[in-house]
Amino acid sequence: MQTANLLPLVLVLAVVAYGLAYMRSRAVAEPLGGIRNLKSLPFYYAARAALWSAIPALIVLALWASFEGKVIQNVVMGSLPADLAPQSEGQASLTLSQISNVAAGKLDPALVPEGIAGAAGLLDSLRAQSSQFKAILVLLITVLGAAFAWTRVMPHINARENVERTLRGIFFFCAAVAILTTIGIVFSVIFETVRFFGKVPISEFLFGTSWSPQTALRADQVGSDGAFGVIPLFTGTLMISAIALLVAVPIGLLSAVYLSEYATRPVRAVVKPLLEMLAGVPTVVYGFFAALTVAPFIRDVAELIGLEASSQSALAAGLVMGIMIIPFVSSLSDDVINAVPRALRDGSLALGATQSETMKNVIFPAALPGIMGGILLAASRAIGETMIVVMAAGLAANLTGNPLDSVTTVTVQIVTLLTGDQEFDSAKTLAAFALGMLLFIVTLILNVFALKIVRKYREQYD
Amino acid sequence: MTDQRSQAEIVRQSLKRRYRKERRFRFYGIAAIGVALLSLVILFTDIIGKGYTGFIKTTITLDVVLDGEVMYLQDAADPEQLDMADFQAPIIRALQQYFPEAQDRRDVRELSRLAGSYASNQVRDLLKAQPELLGTTQTLEFLAHDSVSVYVKHADNPSYSIRLSEQQQRWVDQLVADGVIDTAFNDVLFSRGDSREPSNAGILGAIVGSLLTMVVTLVIAFPVGVAAAIYLEEFAPQNRITDFIEVNINNLAAVPSIIFGLLGLAVFIGLFGMPRSVPVVGGLVLALMTLPTIIISSRAAIKSVPPSIREAAEGIGASKMQVVLHHVLPLAMPGMLTGSIIGMAQALGETAPLLLIGMVAFIVEVPDGFFSSATVLPVQIYLWAGSAEQGFVELASAGIMVLLTFLISMNALAIWLRKRLERRW
Repeated sequence: MQTANLLPLVLVLAVVAYGLAYMRSRAVAEPLGGIRNLKSLPFYYAARAALWSAIPALIVLALWASFEGKVIQNVVMGSLPADLAPQSEGQASLTLSQISNVAAGKLDPALVPEGIAGAAGLLDSLRAQSSQFKAILVLLITVLGAAFAWTRVMPHINARENVERTLRGIFFFCAAVAILTTIGIVFSVIFETVRFFGKVPISEFLFGTSWSPQTALRADQVGSDGAFGVIPLFTGTLMISAIALLVAVPIGLLSAVYLSEYATRPVRAVVKPLLEMLAGVPTVVYGFFAALTVAPFIRDVAELIGLEASSQSALAAGLVMGIMIIPFVSSLSDDVINAVPRALRDGSLALGATQSETMKNVIFPAALPGIMGGILLAASRAIGETMIVVMAAGLAANLTGNPLDSVTTVTVQIVTLLTGDQEFDSAKTLAAFALGMLLFIVTLILNVFALKIVRKYREQYD
Repeated sequence: MTDQRSQAEIVRQSLKRRYRKERRFRFYGIAAIGVALLSLVILFTDIIGKGYTGFIKTTITLDVVLDGEVMYLQDAADPEQLDMADFQAPIIRALQQYFPEAQDRRDVRELSRLAGSYASNQVRDLLKAQPELLGTTQTLEFLAHDSVSVYVKHADNPSYSIRLSEQQQRWVDQLVADGVIDTAFNDVLFSRGDSREPSNAGILGAIVGSLLTMVVTLVIAFPVGVAAAIYLEEFAPQNRITDFIEVNINNLAAVPSIIFGLLGLAVFIGLFGMPRSVPVVGGLVLALMTLPTIIISSRAAIKSVPPSIREAAEGIGASKMQVVLHHVLPLAMPGMLTGSIIGMAQALGETAPLLLIGMVAFIVEVPDGFFSSATVLPVQIYLWAGSAEQGFVELASAGIMVLLTFLISMNALAIWLRKRLERRW
């Protein structure tokens, strides 16, 4: 039976268990003189029955469904005769798709070696067996759970306590999903990264100055190694992020100052949401804007003044990215400026300083650490931003300082390496995970550092 | 006395300069806001200017004589004959009625490129559905060929190159004057999936894919996010594990979205063996990505419920769980919903992680389930924006307008909900 059919069935059974336990608890209470003689309300006995029948079954179902594919696959591959056993991972995936095509009836068994056809038969029968066992096991657990709850409908048992404890457990698990996600991220990049460093030395990766991940199809081909030096990607990323920050920080900061110090309430009420709209526009829209409007415009302007600009210049991507993070900088600075105590401001104004002098000499120095934290967060945003650079920055890994040239970034390379045809074992694919690891670590450090500054600063004045 | 006066004098003299500085500073602020708002305006006008033509289709309406002899078709009910027949011929005949002089091979070829390449399929499908129409004359509306469409819509726009010969341009001008070639609202855009040809491409497939993905995201992220927020606000003891969870949530909120794509690729596709390019995997990845947003806003909503409510409920003997589920949760719900809608809007516009889990494939069919290959709106926009065919740019901007419409309505809904339901204590 398919998981998709089993799931509603389990839920229906849980509802049935609820109903049965509800009636049972009333029946138990009847001779005692009504439900007031039960330790808990009938609802709790019923809810407990539903939870006990559904939760273990759902856990088993989820685990089975997650791993059955892999387990069956390994058994089938193991069953192949020695002469058909795949030598490399690429060959393995080819054989596997052959087997599953035969099993699905898309490929005539007569066209493939006998071993493959046999494996396909095995795959079919294993799949059938697996889904049979899964259905039986899951339904059995459901019924057993319900039956156990049914026998435990007794007046002296505190079912409410049981239900509440279970719910608390579920709530805790949901909160722990955040930890699981982090662990998932770390593990998903770490394994591939370690394998990558088995192929390419870590020093070459970190300090190499040339990046061309084209690995050859044949081992004896010229230039078959590919170059995996991350320096040009890093300078590209830094250049685009720096341009973005050069745009976003002054504009964002000055708008925040104006909005918090000068703007009247109605102006603020209109302008603030408009600024936040810039943050709500999807990045793919900015990418479109950068690639099809800003980049050609910059190229034309550069030509007009006699400069040569690439049609995928770093400047275009950086400018548009800067526009995107303006609201990010302005709302963070706004928070920090407003957190500066009123007394500092009033004191300065009372001494006869103008508003701008107060701002520049009193509030700004006091808010500086917080603003720095905000800028660091914005920088981590810019470094991790993907769509704008994928669409508007180039693929060529130039090691250059000229913003009119085309550069490439870490995120662009991850996307290019992982979209399109790929085999899971090539250095090319693994390199993407290594880049992901690098990106994760860098942004993590920036974020932790920035959050620490912001928090420390807030505590100082609270 | 004189000393004091001179000091006052100095201050007064400097006042002018200081006020000038003050004005300049204020002007910088206004300029900064002006630049930001100006870029917003430029962004929107650019997209609308590029994209409004995406909502227009070019049609060509012809009286087609469904002549069996011309098509080499004796019996339209015979599928074998339908496969062999020439459905291009009657369309060319119909066009030749307007241009009898076009008879040699080159002219005929140029003539045949006025109607879109699916026009002959349209004739076949008609005859397949109603074989009795063979031999009759039908007025049929075809989509014009892409190059005709570009010529009709963008003849005076220098950024488009016209790919029609001079003869074809003359023909098209005449047909436009005769009302044979006309423009109409592009319903194709909203009724079809992707296509290699701009005039046949639609975003229905992407919209359905986005909806399916969002359903998965919502079903996972909302309950889990709310439960996590309840745990952290109401039940979590002050210990290391709680601290660790909080640190994790804050960091996940700032992790670049593309990293979640790597997670989806390695864990959901690599480890669990889920299929590529399906809404389920996309929804899972986006759910993990939006979870921090939902948790953070739900916690704020729970925090805003005043302690007097809790104390009153506890005072009449409710257990902690009853206090939370019966009283705090319903009161915090509007705030939680608002936060979740905003999180969902973010997820709807997200592209990068979906590229990595294979939702960039070229998919013509409109997806029919959570496990069928699909793409989503932002990815479709990305694909069209990168297409070489010039008609796709206007489709990409039209797609952006559709996407922004969804996003703006979701945010408006969130604001309306907040205004309508949220209580001030």
